[in-house]
Amino acid sequence: SGWNRIINNVARRVAIFGGTHGNEMSGVTLVNLWIQNGKEIHRKGVETKPFITNPRAVEKCTRYVDTDLNRAFTTENLSAPSGDDLPYEVQRAQQINEIFGPKGSPEAYDVIFDLHNTTSNMGCTLILESSKDHFNLQMMHYIKKAIAPDSCPVLLTEHPLLKYSTSRSVAKHPIGLEVGPQPQGVLRSNIFESMRVVLKHALDFIELFNEGLEFPPCTVDVFRVSEKMDYPRDTNGNIIAMVHPNLQDCDWEPLNPGDPMFQTFDGTTLRYEGAGTVYPTFINEAAYYEKQQAFVTTRRETLAAGAIKKT
Amino acid sequence: MEPVSLPALSRVAICGGTHGNEMSGVYLVRELQRQKLEKAGSATLTTVISNPRAVQVCKRYTDMDLNRCFTDAILSSPVTVATPYEVRRAQELNTLLGPKGKLGAVDLVCDLHNTTANMGLSLISYSVQDWVIMHIYRQVQRKITSAPVRFILLDLPLADVYSQDSLGKHGFSIEVGPQPHGVVRADIFNLMKEAVDQTLDWVQCFNSGSAFEGGEVDDVYTFVKSVYYPRDPETNQITAAIHPQVQDRDFCLLHPGDPMFLMFSGEIVKYEGEEVLHPFFVNECAYYEKSIAFHLARKMTVTIPPLQVKRD
Repeated sequence: SGWNRIINNVARRVAIFGGTHGNEMSGVTLVNLWIQNGKEIHRKGVETKPFITNPRAVEKCTRYVDTDLNRAFTTENLSAPSGDDLPYEVQRAQQINEIFGPKGSPEAYDVIFDLHNTTSNMGCTLILESSKDHFNLQMMHYIKKAIAPDSCPVLLTEHPLLKYSTSRSVAKHPIGLEVGPQPQGVLRSNIFESMRVVLKHALDFIELFNEGLEFPPCTVDVFRVSEKMDYPRDTNGNIIAMVHPNLQDCDWEPLNPGDPMFQTFDGTTLRYEGAGTVYPTFINEAAYYEKQQAFVTTRRETLAAGAIKKT
Repeated sequence: MEPVSLPALSRVAICGGTHGNEMSGVYLVRELQRQKLEKAGSATLTTVISNPRAVQVCKRYTDMDLNRCFTDAILSSPVTVATPYEVRRAQELNTLLGPKGKLGAVDLVCDLHNTTANMGLSLISYSVQDWVIMHIYRQVQRKITSAPVRFILLDLPLADVYSQDSLGKHGFSIEVGPQPHGVVRADIFNLMKEAVDQTLDWVQCFNSGSAFEGGEVDDVYTFVKSVYYPRDPETNQITAAIHPQVQDRDFCLLHPGDPMFLMFSGEIVKYEGEEVLHPFFVNECAYYEKSIAFHLARKMTVTIPPLQVKRD
């Protein structure tokens, strides 16, 4: 019934990561602001630590220096012997794991928010890594209600192949905030303020939880990641088509079999040939051309969250 | 105005990838090369990826901005081991398409660019008295209805013009936005392709003797000055974002007293100039390193003469 209460410890240590990708400007700007003056993120009874995860990439205003930091938190990387010969981001992952982890241990931070931007039209998306994280589910439910009628889609990245090892994953409760559309290297006021508001509600939730408020069982509609779709390419690996105008900017909208998907440079339409309706997202994200991804398909699901209350 | 006759345009160059992360031009030039398009009527067509190294790493440039390297001074500077890649490349392009200012130069250079600013389709050049360019603008503006079409003048003497389009006897840039750098959007690509198609169509008509009537062209904007981001005097960090009333509103009016920036602290910074002007290149990613938030322009109308190709 869900009223078997899931007992959680107080959320005492919270971190806010910006600059995991050095050219995603909302998070870089917010975190730098809060490092200088943390009043806005202060909440009773909880330590909220703003932190720039990839300072060298931020300085160069580039996604990464050697390798993508947000893919670097693998067990292999974290347990490798440390050394200057390791790629910069792997060294950084080890340092972050020491400060905010160790990943998987009782000493790890309770909550980490990781602030990202995307060139895709994803609005304010929350990224959930585990369907069984009742604390996170309750937080996302709270945030969605707080910002209604504006929407806050939830992307569930729990998938045997497609899940990746994020910087936030060192925490017990990792939350990704992905706000777009915004070009890399650009700061848009509306995107910046949206991210700020979502974070405000998230921290309010944590404060209420720590004060002992009980959150009853609820359900959360999510989009579970399904399949990565690459651009059509020629034998040399060059892309030969673009995201179709009908699909461009249509993140979270249904894509049905037969719908236009790509348009070749000379104007031919290529159509989606999957078995059923899917909900694409990360449509035309700049950083994913090199990861062979034009968009990712998702399927809708409703997750149940049990009641939670601080012990 | 008196009718003008000008020599035929027998050699035309289309350049993409002058900035390596402005993707419409990169893919359009590659597509023209794939289609082996070598002629536009009687004119020969040359297609060039201007900055291949920057294209390979999908960055604006490797050492310095290629599109600032075409002044007479830089083109004639001696090359040493310390010379930046883009300066060498500019000199190579000057040999290929120029020499700038000389009889051997190609007749028309069309340089393809994208911007993160909401500028629709803009044609940019350094003179409003090049009648070839002005008539091309008029045709593009008449024929393209899917986006606003405007002309931007950066008024400089030819020797000081730093952009690649100055290599040809006639030259202009096609600037299409908004598009994030590193991304190719189908709608933006298609708009740029339309502009290139109309340009080549005009060239063919001109070369085959069509008479183009004179008249007025409007939506011509002259650069006046740049507006810089507010910064904290101690940390030098930017302290505001471009205000939502200016963001995405390129070419709209900015009046004295209108909001320009929204500080992170919530205060508004207002425009304190005396003249009503038009912002453009609003929130262009590449201009952050120069701390430029946007440029301001004056709007004008230009009278153009009737034009026909010069018969031998």
